[in-house]
Amino acid sequence: MSLAPSAYMADDSDIVARVLDGEHGAIARMLTQVERRTPAVNDLLAALHHATGRAHVVGVTGPAGSGKSTLVAGLAAAYRRTGRSLGILAVDPSSVITGGAILGDRIRMSDLGSDPDVFIRSMATRGALGGLSRAVLDGVSVLDAAGMDVVILETVGVGQAEVDVISVAQTIAVVSVPGLGDEVQAIKAGLLEIADIHVVNKSDRPGADRTVAEIRDVVRHSPHREGQWKVPIQQTVASSHEGIDDLMRIFDDHAAWLAGNGARTDSHRRNAATRIRWAAEELVLGRFRTGDTAFDAAVETVVSRQSDPVSAARKLIAGPIANC
Amino acid sequence: MSQTVSNREIPIRVMLAKIGLDGHDRGVKVVARTLRDAGMEVIYTGLHRSPDQVVAAAVQEDVDVLGVSLLSGAHMSIFRRIFDLLDALPEPHRFTLLAGGVMPDEDVEELHRLGVAAVLGQDTPPESIVETVLRMVPVRSR
Ligand SMILES: Nc1nc2c(ncn2[C@@H]2O[C@H](COP(=O)(O)OP(=O)(O)O)[C@@H](O)[C@H]2O)c(=O)[nH]1
Ligand SMILES: [Mg+2]
Repeated sequence: MSLAPSAYMADDSDIVARVLDGEHGAIARMLTQVERRTPAVNDLLAALHHATGRAHVVGVTGPAGSGKSTLVAGLAAAYRRTGRSLGILAVDPSSVITGGAILGDRIRMSDLGSDPDVFIRSMATRGALGGLSRAVLDGVSVLDAAGMDVVILETVGVGQAEVDVISVAQTIAVVSVPGLGDEVQAIKAGLLEIADIHVVNKSDRPGADRTVAEIRDVVRHSPHREGQWKVPIQQTVASSHEGIDDLMRIFDDHAAWLAGNGARTDSHRRNAATRIRWAAEELVLGRFRTGDTAFDAAVETVVSRQSDPVSAARKLIAGPIANC
Repeated sequence: MSQTVSNREIPIRVMLAKIGLDGHDRGVKVVARTLRDAGMEVIYTGLHRSPDQVVAAAVQEDVDVLGVSLLSGAHMSIFRRIFDLLDALPEPHRFTLLAGGVMPDEDVEELHRLGVAAVLGQDTPPESIVETVLRMVPVRSR
């Protein structure tokens, strides 16, 4: 029982057409290629690019256990009732030591069952070779190209990497819960600037009003310019589906606001800039390594003092860039 | 063939599913943690899933291994349903199937015949489950 490694990615010749068709098996394997950054992934993503830019990308972030997955499941059901299809990408931290992870977000999303218009994928932070942000950005593109009307991204709101990841979303909901104390306030501080909507989940718990008041205070004291989106606070009880339809309507309002203010194009522009930068880094770094004929030759010219490092680098960059 | 976890740059993805009525998942959770500690990504579906949900989820997650744990005695009909669903997919599935639970020998044979790669009894030590999974999934290069 030993397959050749190549057998794994074999038979994907028509994967682009099938992703565009929304076929789940093809979307799943494309996402695997994105996570593993296979040699073919750049060409495949390039072929999907024309079909992207249509989905409304919603980010849901907040501390572990705040009810994000339960919320996402409720939101998914709400979106389905409006006839919209959706893709869900749930990012869970993996162990720094073993690289292993238990990805439990699907547990809360089981009611979505085997609905062909819902696609759920769990992603471990360390499973993504070549960077989590990039894998998530590309993953969102794949779900977008597959024709999903809405793409929901769930991440645990800790650390700069996760803040970068969630910035992929056009609409960002930051989830808080009552009674978690000062620690959560600190997390909130990092997430505050990026919140388009604040959600106070577990509003069935004591202290919800206080949490709302605290957030209102912070929102009130953050600079607000004329014509800007006014950040709302929505209370929910995700476990009993309360406030979820309202939350979805707020997301829709935000999407409409983005479209009406050119902010949607801004977000696409930011994404495009990031992607071009990443691609450039990959292209350039790919040829600046020992073993590359031109690079090795350049090293010799610098060692023998025929050239200097900057001139050699300039010359290499100006040269033809091969496959990547 | 001795392969340690650390020489696998790409983590193995395993889905652990509980199908049917039985409401115990302490065992599955222990297995999940053991596999995680061996460096694998484990997707747990939660209790009381249907075969349809599990097959759909395994496809979407593009797992290497699908482990189905059953203690309800309905394992044969459930696995037949799973294989019917797999047969109906637009292309052959790529994951390896494992079954966990207590069942008579003739059922184990029948499951092998259907396409289950290994049947692990209820008291299989977690380490040998890790070993089985490692044996099932070849080392990949990118
Ligand atoms: N009391 C209460 N519990 C909730 C609510 N929403 C979610 N939960 C529970 O909180 C726990 C964590 O939920 P989960 O969605 O997995 O949180 P996540 O880690 O942020 O994705 C689960 O046991 C949920 O049932 C809520 O509104 N009220
Ligand atoms: Mg979650």
